[in-house]
Amino acid sequence: MTQAHALARAPFDRTLLLVVPAAAFMLLLFIYPFLYGLGLSFEPKEGGALGNYSHFFTTDNLWPTIWTTLRLALPATLINVGLALPIAYKMRIKTRYQRWITTILVVPITLGTVLIAEGALTYFGPKGWLSQTLQLSHIYDGPIRLTHNYWGVLISLVISGFPFAFLLILSYITGIDPVLARAAATLGADPAAQFRHIYLPLLAPGLAMCFCLAFVQAFSVFPSAVLLGSPAGPTRVISIAAYEAAFEQYDYSLASAIAMIMGFVQLLIVAAVLGLRNLFYRGPVVGGKG
Amino acid sequence: MKHDFQALRLDAVTRRFAGAGGKAFNALQELTLTIKRGEFIALLGPSGCGKSTALNCIAGLLPLSGGSIWLDATRIDTLPPEKRGFGMVFQNYALFPHMSVERNVGFGLRMRGAAGSEIARRVGRALKLVQLIGQEHKLPGQLSGGQQQRVAIARAIVIEPPLILMDEPLSNLDAKLRLETRSEIRRIHRELGRSTVYVTHDQDEALSLADRIVVMKDGVVQQIASPQEVYGEPANLAVARFMGYRNVLDMAIEAQNGDRVTLAAGNIRLIGARKQALVGERASVAIRPEEIALGEGPGGENTIAGHVDNVEYCGRDSLIDVMTPSGTRLHVRAPTHIALGESVHVHVPVERALVYADESA
Ligand SMILES: Nc1ncnc2c1ncn2[C@@H]1O[C@H](COP(=O)(O)OP(=O)(O)OP(=O)(O)O)[C@@H](O)[C@H]1O
Ligand SMILES: [Mg+2]
Repeated sequence: MTQAHALARAPFDRTLLLVVPAAAFMLLLFIYPFLYGLGLSFEPKEGGALGNYSHFFTTDNLWPTIWTTLRLALPATLINVGLALPIAYKMRIKTRYQRWITTILVVPITLGTVLIAEGALTYFGPKGWLSQTLQLSHIYDGPIRLTHNYWGVLISLVISGFPFAFLLILSYITGIDPVLARAAATLGADPAAQFRHIYLPLLAPGLAMCFCLAFVQAFSVFPSAVLLGSPAGPTRVISIAAYEAAFEQYDYSLASAIAMIMGFVQLLIVAAVLGLRNLFYRGPVVGGKG
Repeated sequence: MKHDFQALRLDAVTRRFAGAGGKAFNALQELTLTIKRGEFIALLGPSGCGKSTALNCIAGLLPLSGGSIWLDATRIDTLPPEKRGFGMVFQNYALFPHMSVERNVGFGLRMRGAAGSEIARRVGRALKLVQLIGQEHKLPGQLSGGQQQRVAIARAIVIEPPLILMDEPLSNLDAKLRLETRSEIRRIHRELGRSTVYVTHDQDEALSLADRIVVMKDGVVQQIASPQEVYGEPANLAVARFMGYRNVLDMAIEAQNGDRVTLAAGNIRLIGARKQALVGERASVAIRPEEIALGEGPGGENTIAGHVDNVEYCGRDSLIDVMTPSGTRLHVRAPTHIALGESVHVHVPVERALVYADESA
């Protein structure tokens, strides 16, 4: 109490100085490049200040990349969050197997996207284990194409994004006092109702957060879109367009503009989801004293 | 779940936990009890004696390690809580943090598929009962501890369950509100004619509310009896201590005559009433402070001399410590003003000096 008073009266809290290195770091490595890129994007090789932007939205191999990327990132995010939620929910009760299952589910996080792409190529490829198994066992005899197209990239996004979503949701779920579900049970709520009325609403803000992080991660997909997709066609995502502008046409100004557009689209989606999040209760998740 | 029963029978209900060092211990050991319809049972005992464990076992929140629970002729200890349909007031409230007071209280009714108007009516009535009108739209986090506790009570009673389980529902209320809510709980119980199991460590609460009291210690039932009996005739020394027999003297047995026992220790000689079979040469005498009379003339039977060692003023009366010449301290409660150091005689009625087997035996 007395300490709190002292803090309230203190003219300057010197522990705040600890923020300085981080702030400088942000300024140098994030804000400065961002502002630099923003400025650069308004100085096109030809045309007025908005030349790059009008070029992007009128060129047939540029503006559709937004749509292509969303078509990959949104389903991948939905799948990841949607899969992680029920599994994490099951894992909330400590059992002997919980640690093992959690470990196995989380392993892909330690693999790089390139490594995952390599593995996926051999596993899901036309001569990979999956198609050979399916064909040998005559479950499915047609040609299976899961690489060098849309599906290859989607699969890789799910593999690399799932552990992340799972861990995040698991930590949200274990933060919810299980006594709340028990209280609901004594009031007549069966397990499904307990999930719907207690866990889901309390998880909703966390799920929104998880969705945003997973989405941003998926939206900037690059290596797997090149390695596992068909970067000239159906998986020509926006980061490929930016890459080409910068390193094949050496048009850094256009590349900056594309990066800005990419950031803006992400921001739109994140803002929309976080806006929805405000509709839910976001306070502490405990049932009373103690 | 059928909404009424004649008797709920607990048969040797046992619950084990893994204790320190992985060694299992019985948090609740062979609780056998039949709760009749409309009965008010209090589970009384010190902290950690297994009261909440017993309640959780009845509610279905903890699986049993042994024994069974029967609702009339149906075995229910394998049913999940939502199928038992008992109302419960949790020790730590367990209010839903994302629901308003109104929605918290209405939750059970919504789960039972009651109509909106019906829910509104019954929630309103329950909130009035616990004096929470005007707080309907607040979230639990915006309420005081006592208000939260009352929401928890309202939430459990509004579904009018056949059995309602309350885990120290008044622990966070101020003295006045506690008394009011206590009578309210008793009244609700009478009006609804449902059974109640009420956990408390407060003997006054147990005495004033219950039809029968179950006294527990370390997971083991010590006595199941009416309030009068638990208060006046504790079954053993542990119950006596817990029920406010603050004077427990370890004495040598001099003679036994029927249920009268003559005991001695130092220069104290007492005749008491035997409550337990005695073994060996020693016994313990338990006496309530308020049953010792102060200032009787010297010489009579069961009179002890001493001097006043400490006085605590308690309003209507005082708690007086009397020290005997041989160094035994007696706690006496008397409506007298008395000075420190004064010489006094105290008198112990033979009937109210309860003799139990020696603790160490
Ligand atoms: N989940 C658990 N795991 C291990 N031990 C437990 C668990 N729950 C309770 N216990 C132990 O069981 C014993 C009884 O606990 P319980 O909560 O029933 O006590 P109580 O009588 O309700 O006490 P209080 O009045 O303090 O609430 C205690 O020794 C406690 O430490
Ligand atoms: Mg308890």
